[in-house]
Amino acid sequence: MAIEVIKPGLATSVQDAGRPGYYNLGIPLSGALDQQSLVLANLLVGNDEGAAVIESTLLGPELQFDAPALVAITGADAKIKLNGNEMPRNESFAVHAGDKLSFDFMKLGARMCIAVAGGIDVPVVLGSRSTYGLGAFGGFNGRKLLAGDSLPVGTPSAKARPGRKVDAALLPVLTKEVALRVLPGIYFHRLQEVSVQSFFADTWTVGSEADRIGYRYKNGTPLKFLDRKPPFGAGDDPSNIVDAGYPYGSIQVPGGREPIILHRDAVSGGGYAMVGTVISADMDLIAQMQPNHKARFVEVDMAQALEARAERRRHIDRLRAALAA
Amino acid sequence: MTAATTLPAQARYSFGGDEHLFVEISEEMSLPAFFKGMAICNELRRRALPGVTEICPANAAYLVRFDPDAIAPGTLLATLKEIEAGLGEADLQLQTRIIEIPVLYNDPWTHETLMRFRERHQDPTSTDIEYAARINGHASVDAFIEAHSSAPWFVSMVGFVAGLPFLFQMVERERQIQVPKYLSPRTDTPKLTLGHGGCFSCIYSVRGAGGYQMFGVTPAPIFDPAQRLSYLKDLMVFFRPGDIVKWKPIDRAEYDRQIAQVEAGTYTLRIAPVSFSLKEFLANPDGYNQQLLKVLHGD
Repeated sequence: MAIEVIKPGLATSVQDAGRPGYYNLGIPLSGALDQQSLVLANLLVGNDEGAAVIESTLLGPELQFDAPALVAITGADAKIKLNGNEMPRNESFAVHAGDKLSFDFMKLGARMCIAVAGGIDVPVVLGSRSTYGLGAFGGFNGRKLLAGDSLPVGTPSAKARPGRKVDAALLPVLTKEVALRVLPGIYFHRLQEVSVQSFFADTWTVGSEADRIGYRYKNGTPLKFLDRKPPFGAGDDPSNIVDAGYPYGSIQVPGGREPIILHRDAVSGGGYAMVGTVISADMDLIAQMQPNHKARFVEVDMAQALEARAERRRHIDRLRAALAA
Repeated sequence: MTAATTLPAQARYSFGGDEHLFVEISEEMSLPAFFKGMAICNELRRRALPGVTEICPANAAYLVRFDPDAIAPGTLLATLKEIEAGLGEADLQLQTRIIEIPVLYNDPWTHETLMRFRERHQDPTSTDIEYAARINGHASVDAFIEAHSSAPWFVSMVGFVAGLPFLFQMVERERQIQVPKYLSPRTDTPKLTLGHGGCFSCIYSVRGAGGYQMFGVTPAPIFDPAQRLSYLKDLMVFFRPGDIVKWKPIDRAEYDRQIAQVEAGTYTLRIAPVSFSLKEFLANPDGYNQQLLKVLHGD
């Protein structure tokens, strides 16, 4: 079977659990920005939890099915419509041949995962079906979806059935203001003390440059770096370094003005100092931030980062247990 | 290589969240810094530690991604420090390859692009290559091209976007070409542009934004998801850190001839395996480079 794209929405692409192993060649992880929503959507339709889904941003696509299918939609809160009738979020439901699935603008959250039983069956490239836009490969023809695209769907598992859902207490809470836990480091020591204070005290606003590569934040106090003699090859601005690798979640501050958090389609390296890194447990939260949503950066140490990681894992284990039947 | 041979006694280690360890060999760029990072990355790769998921060498630093559920952050840190301490004063050797990359300097496509973005440039009245020649003390653009293309370059990092090589020239620091980046990055750069920013050259693997000065283009594809050419059959990305590159200036007729071969799928590059000794290079850079070029040309 296949899914016809009638309208693509704002930024819609095929994503899965990601493409690790090639960052040393400039090829990023990619994959669904909100991995917890990916796992939930797939388990709801009986897929392997890393199967490929349709990820949409802010405004979902309009899709038409050429055969009966089972779908589930997780992540951001938007009205889901099947032939104009409202359908539940976070619950699997059946569609018939010829049915049209559409969405209103997302009210809270910024990304939805649209899972179909059997998974989106685009070719595997370097171990993943995820789209990598800058490299123009993976996903559907290496790009965001366009009207007229026809997405192949794999074979559903025996576990695919409608009406599957989880207890509401297991669902993520979406808000317009989040706390992002940050492990200071890498070039944090090059900040002036006044900026160490303001960085964690300020409330930052998501800017318009907020995509799968990175999220830019504004309206905080510009950061000041300590003066120094530029090292050979680094460049003159105190925020410059000799080009080096960028961790996912790392926060760079070009010119000291606006922090940028790198996400799963990150450029793999460059010449800006990073002042710290958002911990792995909080990366999904960034995926659900809309422009003008607010964030505060909360300082944690490694022990706290590992405890948050363990708590996230326990939560996903509870999801798996709830959907194992 | 004068000042460039002095490295900090120990690298600086810093965690990037709970999944990355960032290691800065030196704040400043030098070949010894790159080679030390490369040697540690190679040894770490050889040990194949469970939980180490990505090893990313960079110019004077490297990045390791790990799964803290499989290897404790402190264990990884201690291992890398132990590898560093064990390097000692040993000669840093690399088994690598030397590659000839043809370049049409002063080509019409980057010229058209640089004219379109002139208001973002330090010197709107000259071209990028004229500007670079002048601020690096070369009497002419031809003299600049000779300096850029006569001594080979190291691929000291691959990244930013898929398959983009950063290259560092294998000459004394005082001869190294340095240029600032554009005042504000361009929104467009032709694919396969030869760029330069700070002390690094690069080849833009895909069309897109860029801030480096533009000197020319190569006809040689270096990234192709469809893997059409023989030297891209193994992997869609051609360059690896540690590759040695020799630029070969070509004219427009030669460029057009090579582009026709690219389109026919018959295009190849001159590539030779080579072993590199940092110690021997540092003792006599120009002499050692002559040896490398003999390997490239098979004589």
